[in-house]
Amino acid sequence: MNFRSELSESLSIAFDAIRANKLRSSLATLGIVIGVVTVTLMGTAITGLNNAFRSSISQLGTDVLYVQKFDWGPDRDWWRIRNRRDITLADARRAAREITLGRGVSIEANRTSTVSYRDKTARGVWTIGNTEESAVVRGLVVKEGRFFSAAEVDGARPVCVIGADVASRLFPYESPLTKMVRIEGQPFVVIGVIDKMGQFLFGNLDNQIIVPITKFISDLAWRPDVTITVKVGDERLLDDAAEQVRGVMRKIRRVPPGVEDDFGINRQQILLDTFNRIGGMIASAGLFITGLSLFVGGIGVMNIMYVSVVERTREIGIRKAIGARRRTIMVQFLFEAAGICLAGGVIALVVAFPLTLLIGRFLPATLGWQVASIALLVSIVTGLVAGFLPARRASLLNPVDALRAE
Amino acid sequence: MSLIRLRNIARRYEMGGETVHALRDVSLDLERGEYVAIMGPSGSGKSTLMNVLGCLDTPSAGTYELNGTDVSEMDDNELADIRNREIGFVFQTFNLLPRSTALRNVELPLIYAGLPSHERHEIARESLSKVGLADRMTHRPNEMSGGQRQRVAVARALVNSPSIILADEPTGNLDSKTGAEILALFDALSRQGNTIIVVTHEEEVARHARRILRIRDGLIAADERTERATESAAV
Repeated sequence: MNFRSELSESLSIAFDAIRANKLRSSLATLGIVIGVVTVTLMGTAITGLNNAFRSSISQLGTDVLYVQKFDWGPDRDWWRIRNRRDITLADARRAAREITLGRGVSIEANRTSTVSYRDKTARGVWTIGNTEESAVVRGLVVKEGRFFSAAEVDGARPVCVIGADVASRLFPYESPLTKMVRIEGQPFVVIGVIDKMGQFLFGNLDNQIIVPITKFISDLAWRPDVTITVKVGDERLLDDAAEQVRGVMRKIRRVPPGVEDDFGINRQQILLDTFNRIGGMIASAGLFITGLSLFVGGIGVMNIMYVSVVERTREIGIRKAIGARRRTIMVQFLFEAAGICLAGGVIALVVAFPLTLLIGRFLPATLGWQVASIALLVSIVTGLVAGFLPARRASLLNPVDALRAE
Repeated sequence: MSLIRLRNIARRYEMGGETVHALRDVSLDLERGEYVAIMGPSGSGKSTLMNVLGCLDTPSAGTYELNGTDVSEMDDNELADIRNREIGFVFQTFNLLPRSTALRNVELPLIYAGLPSHERHEIARESLSKVGLADRMTHRPNEMSGGQRQRVAVARALVNSPSIILADEPTGNLDSKTGAEILALFDALSRQGNTIIVVTHEEEVARHARRILRIRDGLIAADERTERATESAAV
């Protein structure tokens, strides 16, 4: 029997069978719909979170080194790292002078604080101490006014540059420039406003206020741990630059030869690696758990298929008597099961799409064509797997017994 | 060479630890164009013989040559092909697919034979016309009378031009008038050269055949030639 007519015949039989048992088929389909919807939504959420995390991380820049007391890598001995000496401002300033590879070095320390202007108050503002080079290194775009100068950093002047959200919160109707705000009660004059930047990980980059690091240390934090940010400018020079930074830092902090570094030289890649590992684990756990509901749906289809085989034993007998081979009968039932599941998959996507849009309001979630096509593929495979045993039973029926069935 | 050649066919079943000898030792030759009736009381083994002849069942012992091919050792799929090519079945309960039209039912063997759809339609139509149902092609079995259904089954049996038409109590579910019509159809098919085997327990039905095999206790008890009493009544 030729394969094409076999397929089209099986397809039309399967379609007839599904149509003839609408209620039963739709109940079986419902199980698949629920399974595919949950798996799809989980997949959607995972890809959404992945994308959000990646785009956040990309703001760190692939060409930037972050020199800190802590390593970003996951598998370090936490207690040893915790007992390292803090990186002081003096360390950082010396390092900034001695690091020659790269386009700029920024020094940074931060805390959250309350900022007020007259009767308006903004709490939980990300307050950052920076140097004059930070604007370039961090890629800050000053929309109004200017960034602070080297002289202002050296002189620990009470000036600040504010983020877009801080500006709109404290100064809804007037220009913030030359106005005096209070950070934790200390007066600072606003000299610049930064353009909108967006979200970073789970923080808001527009909710920041930047002051000279010298002033930050004298007024807002006592001997904080600082970060040295080196903008290398070219990804290919990253390793060379890291080597130089390492030498400089070991010298400054007097690390004897043979003793391991008491600081971390971090880069975006480390976070990405960590994320990929943890994200992969979360994704597989999530997909496994939601996959269980699809599995249950598959069992439903299998059950229906067994019923269908028993019910149509006589039909199978007739078909066999007039020349249907085992494979033909098998394909017929596999198509029926796959058809039920494929219909479930399609309905599931129709259901999942608006749900994704709804979820997209709270979480980054996208229903891409990859997830959609995987969902359809998974439903077909579920059908084939669930239909296999019933179809096999049908194909092995003895025609004499099958014809005798009521 | 005989169309059908059975040699020492036996068929045993295991039933609850007990062996049932449905056929003990049957040898039989059938020529092309013969019209044979197989008769016997229930339990005689006539159904088993029909199943073996129809390649629905394989014998436990002995050889069966159909059209020169030994089919007694064939597997399921090979037997399916043989049934498709060589045998047309007509059953007591018609055994049509209830949700398919008459045309589709008749087409079914051609589908399994792998014919393209335009050829299938043509041959199936022709076959339905032969049994006088040219105007019932698109009807479903539940929209037809018993006689019409059985004629669809005959059309289906004929559609692949099989070597044998095997009818199992073809008039058993019909009233005597429509039964007579079906038998007349068989007579006509026989005159056109078709080989027909009818399994029945009714003498009237058997009298249409030219030869009667009487089965008892798994053996051929008698092999009689008949005078075709109803020759003149044929349509």
